[in-house]
Amino acid sequence: MRLSVDHVTRYSYERPVRGLVQSHRLTPSLFQGQKVISWEITVEGGEGQGGGALAVRGADFTDGAGDRIQGWSLAGPLSEVAVTVRGTVETTDTAGMLKGYREAINPCAYKLETAMTAGSAALAALAEAVSDADGPLALAHGLSAAVAAAIAYRPGVTQAHTSASEALALGEGVCQDHAHALIALARLRDLPARYVSGYLFADASGAAHEAAHAWAEIHVPGLGWIGFDPANACCPDERYIRLASGLDARDAAPIRGVARGGQAGEEAMDVAVAVLSSAQ
Amino acid sequence: MLSRTANNLYWIARYMERADTVARLLDVGSRISLIPSEHGYRSEWDSLLQASGMAEGFTAKYGDPVQRNLESWLFFDRDNPSSVASCLTAARENARIVRTAMTAQVWDALNMAFQELRQLERQERSSLDQSTLTDWVTRQSALVRGAIDANLLRDDGYNFLNLGYYLERADNTARLLDVKYYVLLPRLDFVGSGLDNYQWSTLLRAMGAQRAFHWAYGGEITAGKIADFLILNRQSPRALITCIAGAENHLSRLAKTYGKAGAAQDSVRAMLTELESETVERIFDEGLHEYLSRFIGSVAGLGTVIHEVYLGGEIS
Amino acid sequence: MGVFFDEMNGSGDRSGGGTRAPYARLEEWLATMPKELRSLKQAEAEALFRRIGITFAVYGEGGDPDRLIPFDMFPRVFSGAEWARLDRGVKQRAKALNMFLVDVYGRGEIIRAGRVPANLVYQNEAYEKAAVGFVPPKGVYSHIVGIDLVRTGPEEFFVLEDNCRTPSGVSYMLENREIMMRMFPGLFRENRIEPIDSYAEILRRTLASVAPAKCKGDPKVVILTPGHFNSAYYEHSFLADLMGVELVEGQDLFVDGEFVYARTTEGPKRVDVIYRRIDDAFLDPLCFRPDSMLGVPGLMDVYRSGGVSICSAPGAGVADDKAIYTYVPDMIRFYLGEEPILKNVPTWKCAERDDLKYVLDNLGELVVKEVHGSGGYGMLVGPKATKAEIEAFRAQLVADPSNYIAQPTLALSTVPTFVDEGVAPRHVDLRPYCLVGERIELVKGGLTRVALREGSLVVNSSQGGGVKDTWVLAE
Repeated sequence: MRLSVDHVTRYSYERPVRGLVQSHRLTPSLFQGQKVISWEITVEGGEGQGGGALAVRGADFTDGAGDRIQGWSLAGPLSEVAVTVRGTVETTDTAGMLKGYREAINPCAYKLETAMTAGSAALAALAEAVSDADGPLALAHGLSAAVAAAIAYRPGVTQAHTSASEALALGEGVCQDHAHALIALARLRDLPARYVSGYLFADASGAAHEAAHAWAEIHVPGLGWIGFDPANACCPDERYIRLASGLDARDAAPIRGVARGGQAGEEAMDVAVAVLSSAQ
Repeated sequence: MLSRTANNLYWIARYMERADTVARLLDVGSRISLIPSEHGYRSEWDSLLQASGMAEGFTAKYGDPVQRNLESWLFFDRDNPSSVASCLTAARENARIVRTAMTAQVWDALNMAFQELRQLERQERSSLDQSTLTDWVTRQSALVRGAIDANLLRDDGYNFLNLGYYLERADNTARLLDVKYYVLLPRLDFVGSGLDNYQWSTLLRAMGAQRAFHWAYGGEITAGKIADFLILNRQSPRALITCIAGAENHLSRLAKTYGKAGAAQDSVRAMLTELESETVERIFDEGLHEYLSRFIGSVAGLGTVIHEVYLGGEIS
Repeated sequence: MGVFFDEMNGSGDRSGGGTRAPYARLEEWLATMPKELRSLKQAEAEALFRRIGITFAVYGEGGDPDRLIPFDMFPRVFSGAEWARLDRGVKQRAKALNMFLVDVYGRGEIIRAGRVPANLVYQNEAYEKAAVGFVPPKGVYSHIVGIDLVRTGPEEFFVLEDNCRTPSGVSYMLENREIMMRMFPGLFRENRIEPIDSYAEILRRTLASVAPAKCKGDPKVVILTPGHFNSAYYEHSFLADLMGVELVEGQDLFVDGEFVYARTTEGPKRVDVIYRRIDDAFLDPLCFRPDSMLGVPGLMDVYRSGGVSICSAPGAGVADDKAIYTYVPDMIRFYLGEEPILKNVPTWKCAERDDLKYVLDNLGELVVKEVHGSGGYGMLVGPKATKAEIEAFRAQLVADPSNYIAQPTLALSTVPTFVDEGVAPRHVDLRPYCLVGERIELVKGGLTRVALREGSLVVNSSQGGGVKDTWVLAE
């Protein structure tokens, strides 16, 4: 499937900031399921609406997790910054398996708990309820199904910092909460698990606002990393574009940034993402 | 050097000079209040506090200007960011951060001032009279200044220290001179009276400039002579023109060291040119208070430019 | 606990007593020093320390930043031969620890070989995922390795712990010597004492030798401090001054494009090597703690793309974890194919059931420590503890066994020390500072800490410890 992405993130500052440094993981992962046809990232900013100066490209490398990392810096004063991602990716369905992906981090490192994926009695009970009689792959599927059943999709009830345990208690959440909950469950069952951020092509039946999407990967012995998307009760297929991974949403954030010298003012962020299927 | 280091050096000097001025202010206030006045004790202290920008904090904390409270506020009170204690502590803290950018002698002088201050703070207050305190501060500031002049390498750091001294002194002289306006001008009939002269000479005395003034001018103290002495006379170490010329000198040296001049040099040269062509008559035409307020604003503006160009590290 | 080995008079040495050779001349010195002169000199030393402002706590023990650590004028002396062995042992260990770090952030051979358990490394809090896949210049992660040693006999040295991140206290090593030379120049004429003042120059050279690939020309080195409120700030500024490099805070540095720059009065100046004295977590808010104000946003990206070197490298802490400590002898065998020259203290890992049982049965004789603790806090010294303390500790231990390790109470050697009543033996340890860059170097000296309280085995300055000058005699 050929997917085209148009993703614009705009930051606006109530008081102009003196400068900005960002670290991006906005480039599609290279593995059997994805081939990049074209991909372009631009960062620009200035004072007032529209236009302004282009950011300076900084570090550009692939890290141990296999993520392509790009650094950017932009001198101020800035009241507006726009990060634009445009590109086309050829995807194929690998049944959620991360085949042919180069990474150097030992899966064991993904057993580490973070505040957002910490276990709780309720999470443990949910994890223990799933049988591993049919092996780790079936267990992973079972855990994903358990999350889908326990947390209903509902935007607006959870926040960026909501933890897996809080989302489970609410019984509602968005893809980030589903992914966190699944990671927590998998780690409770001693399976390495991680958070994946990316894009999802939503057809007529899907929800457009989930175009900037997130899911989880679980490391299954003998098979390697396999994606699970409890939010859509499936494994990632050709509708998904994988960008980056981490221990949780913060660790896997596609854009991280710090602005200098604007402490007194508010920062606002506006994201627009469109993932379309383009003719081949 | 690091912009932050330059900033620390600059502020060491500003705080030391400020401590010196505040101590002198305390002296002026005490002496002026020793003689009878129609405005009463209170209004004179009010004017002093107002000129130095410390009135609001004082009233909020103490209310009435009683001598003892004023001494506390101006000398010991840490709630007053311009008190002698606050200034000496801040100067020493800035020095501690940049210990390696100064000689042992300079650090010793600053550290000793701080250690002695802590001893003074522990002493019974009734055993410390105002003139002892003022003398102690002027001595400490002279020791630090002397250590800097005698020992410090004449590098860019030396220039930043001196910029701090000159800018602070320019600001402080203008403010001390402005005190006179507050104390005196409300009642024009005092001009030229014995009382007036007493106040002028107290001011000169507080600046340690009484003798220098007489050497330079002789005869009777007049407002015109004083203004000339403290604003336009390059022989006077505290005159505004001396301070601005000093700042100009150190900014020129920085420009030479770094091989580039810019907004800071432009700004200080404009101020100096204006002062050089200034006359006492024109200053009085404008109004002394108005002139001084404008000058204080320009000095603050120069400080901002220096910060932008050198101390903030924001310009590429 | 029997007799302790005294490094001067040799008591506790089965091969016989008598003043040991390295201390021969000190014996005369001591005999001829009048008591009044002693207290005079002691006061002089203290005044010197105050004057130069060396007031900070060593080893991250916290406490009053204006506190002075007691300086004992009686030096600790090693013969050239004794030192030669320590030198080889320390360098061997520093080398193996660095090879371990390259390995665990690379292929993990030692784990694949089953010599170190995977979970101890990969699930360790100090293991930095972000450090995987980038090998720092010259393959060095830990550029300054502080190795804490204790002695129990003429030939018996044990490593108590390794410090691979940013070991502190080296300014004491240098200042102690400075002050001894000022106060007792005669001693330095009579004894041939190896100098240590090349430390700063070697440190500078070591740091410059690991300049990043993209650095052309003379590398610009800086020391990154958390700031002047930090208890070790004096040491940071002291080292910066000795090396002639800039002492910076996070706010002085910024990332622009592919490099890191310092804000200077002449505009931005590129920085090539950062000797950081702040923890990994605070280095870069974009990579680690987002709330950190101490670090430099974007620093890790520049580091990982070879634009700047960070010393010690992020992630180095996984090698000095107390749980990893027990595997260091195995590392030496695995990577170097050598037998460890310096022994580990026998250690029971409470995470393992058999070990835990032994520890619980013998709490009264053991020292039990927290795996991640430091500064002598959160530990139980069995022989010195009351019954109630032991029982309270037993409860903590049972509740969270994997948080603890236990070691036998070592009969730490003593060195004569000036005390109120005269001169008396006091227990000591030693921290040499090994520098690892293009070469591995060790100056002939280290920091000797001394437990000033009679009978105390705890040398931490927060618990009544002091410091001594440490001499190595020229052969």
